[in-house]
Amino acid sequence: MGNLNFRPLWRYQDAIIEGIITTLWLTLIATLAGLIIGTICAVVLRRGPKPIRYLIYTYIEVIRNTPPLIQIFIVFFVFPGFGVRLDPFPAASIALSLYFGAYASEIIRSGLDSIPRSQVEAGHCLGLSSLQVFVHVVLGPALRNIYPSITSQIVLVLLGTSIASQISTEELFHTAGFIDSRTFRSFEVYALIALIYVLLVTAFRLLFALIGRVAFRWPTRR
Amino acid sequence: MALVEIRNVQKSFGSLKVLHDVSLSIEEGEIVTIIGRSGSGKSTLLRCINALEEIDGGEILIEGQKVYGKMPNLKELRQRVGIVFQSFNLFPHLKVERNITLAPVLTGRVSKKDARDLALSCLAKVGLQEKIDSYPEQLSGGQQQRVAIARCLAMSPHLMLFDEVTSALDPELVGEVLKVMEDMARQGMTMILVTHEMGFARNVATKIVFMHQGRVWEEGPPAELFENPKTPELQAFIGSTRQV
Amino acid sequence: MRQFSMIDFVALTTALQYTVLLVILALAFGTPLALLMALLRTSRAAIPRWATAFVLQLVQGIPLLALLMFFYFGLPVFLGVQIPPLVAVTVAFTIYTAVFLGEIWRGGIEAVKQTQWEAAASLGISRWQQFRYVIAPQAMKIALPATVGFLVQLIKGTSLAAVVGFVELTRAGQLVSAATFQPLLVYSVVAAVYFAICFPLTLWSRNLEARLNGSR
Repeated sequence: MGNLNFRPLWRYQDAIIEGIITTLWLTLIATLAGLIIGTICAVVLRRGPKPIRYLIYTYIEVIRNTPPLIQIFIVFFVFPGFGVRLDPFPAASIALSLYFGAYASEIIRSGLDSIPRSQVEAGHCLGLSSLQVFVHVVLGPALRNIYPSITSQIVLVLLGTSIASQISTEELFHTAGFIDSRTFRSFEVYALIALIYVLLVTAFRLLFALIGRVAFRWPTRR
Repeated sequence: MALVEIRNVQKSFGSLKVLHDVSLSIEEGEIVTIIGRSGSGKSTLLRCINALEEIDGGEILIEGQKVYGKMPNLKELRQRVGIVFQSFNLFPHLKVERNITLAPVLTGRVSKKDARDLALSCLAKVGLQEKIDSYPEQLSGGQQQRVAIARCLAMSPHLMLFDEVTSALDPELVGEVLKVMEDMARQGMTMILVTHEMGFARNVATKIVFMHQGRVWEEGPPAELFENPKTPELQAFIGSTRQV
Repeated sequence: MRQFSMIDFVALTTALQYTVLLVILALAFGTPLALLMALLRTSRAAIPRWATAFVLQLVQGIPLLALLMFFYFGLPVFLGVQIPPLVAVTVAFTIYTAVFLGEIWRGGIEAVKQTQWEAAASLGISRWQQFRYVIAPQAMKIALPATVGFLVQLIKGTSLAAVVGFVELTRAGQLVSAATFQPLLVYSVVAAVYFAICFPLTLWSRNLEARLNGSR
């Protein structure tokens, strides 16, 4: 039976903190890029030309039906195939952005669909332009409707950054492996890393709850 | 020149023809009530007037200008034609004030500074000044519909369209909305209503249009139409809607 | 180095067996636990509800990869015992299934209208019987599309077993890729195999959703 000894881990505090920072950066980049990709896809899927729509359907279904680990390998190895050496962090960022983008596009699409046509009609009948209707009538309620789904998905991306460790991106999970190989205190290392992830996830959820309360102040349907 | 000219309008939804050769003329200041059974085409006709539906034949003119879906100044036209919907269609995420002032501010009709005063004066006309900072969800159905009317009034329209605006209201809330509409009529607003409220049609309208199977079946002043219906269809309709 | 050939393709599809094995084991052990989790979460007593909710939040807050590492490296080292890789991996996937499928099933149970419970209770049968004969069938119908969706997640999740050296499809891909120096080709084939398995299931899940719950 083993004894718990966390002390050897404290030497690696800095490495752990750097790992957390890298994890957060990856999450941020994947979230922002993914939202942009997702929005473009959602809009094109609603009113784009047929061949491009099929292309996007393919992209979304491929992402959703293959393991993210394989996706990150392919992104990592696709560039050397064209003679460009890609560093782990950019490769991981691209792969995670594409991953989140596919899921985000579905969420955003359902958000746009959730606004009744009658609202849009009312906006147009007041003499507003299509852009004005989108910004002032559709956007707010649509964002509120997708908020729970999109924030859950962002938390999944946060957890998914751990996969980047497999192409040697130095995020938190990779750091865990590194410390384990130096201290051999596997139990303590992975227990600690698990705890850190739980704390990060909880912090994200609280932050999202707070933002939600501030941003969406109007009463919901009784 | 009439404010609204409807000439030989046809409209189909797929293979179903909903409007057959409808012609109608509405002068400024008239209160026109369109009545008829469900499916007679009345709501469709109303929605064609401000191009919410596209007509397949004939033409509609408002103040001499042809109205159709792809017309270049559709936005400007809609700023002169107000429409109130059966389901109110207030914007749930905006307070009453913003619901009313959104379009006037965005279309440059009023400055942000004067917006609140505009909202207050419009709300005064419908008797709801105290609700200016409420959200739509916090209001009763009748109040929401009155705010919807105030929202239209804020744009100073030349013409107001009402699409069965009391049909979704609980009976005890209908009266407050009808009263607001009566006030508007008395102040000279040109109004076209699709409604089942026969009392309003009899007492306030200047012209009744009875539609049946997508055509204008009978047309005339309320006294004439209700006392001496010429066609059996109108007689049957009046009989079936006779209120005790 | 050699060219990617039929041998490699066969190697991949053989490793596929282990992917399937992992999925079956995870389901075999995980589904009873998932049901337990769902029942505890919808229990009328506060303590089971909160305790389960706590465990759920905990497990949902860590990456599946961390769960795998913990049972493969962490726990054996702590206990000083050798745990066979298959056991460690199965435990991890079982917990994953119990937690996520449990939440899906909880959603299904909670989606059944309260009036159904009342109607069942007024028949004078026990609470378990109410659940088994009245609530569960309806909950299953509501949760079936998401359950199939979870199956897809599980299949994709088995790819992480590669990280602890377990030779399922993804690990085989890594080995073949190292042998042939053609990672792009190899991983594309691997992706295609996963896609061929998961996409039909995804379509089925959507079809189920439309057929079973389209009226809702």
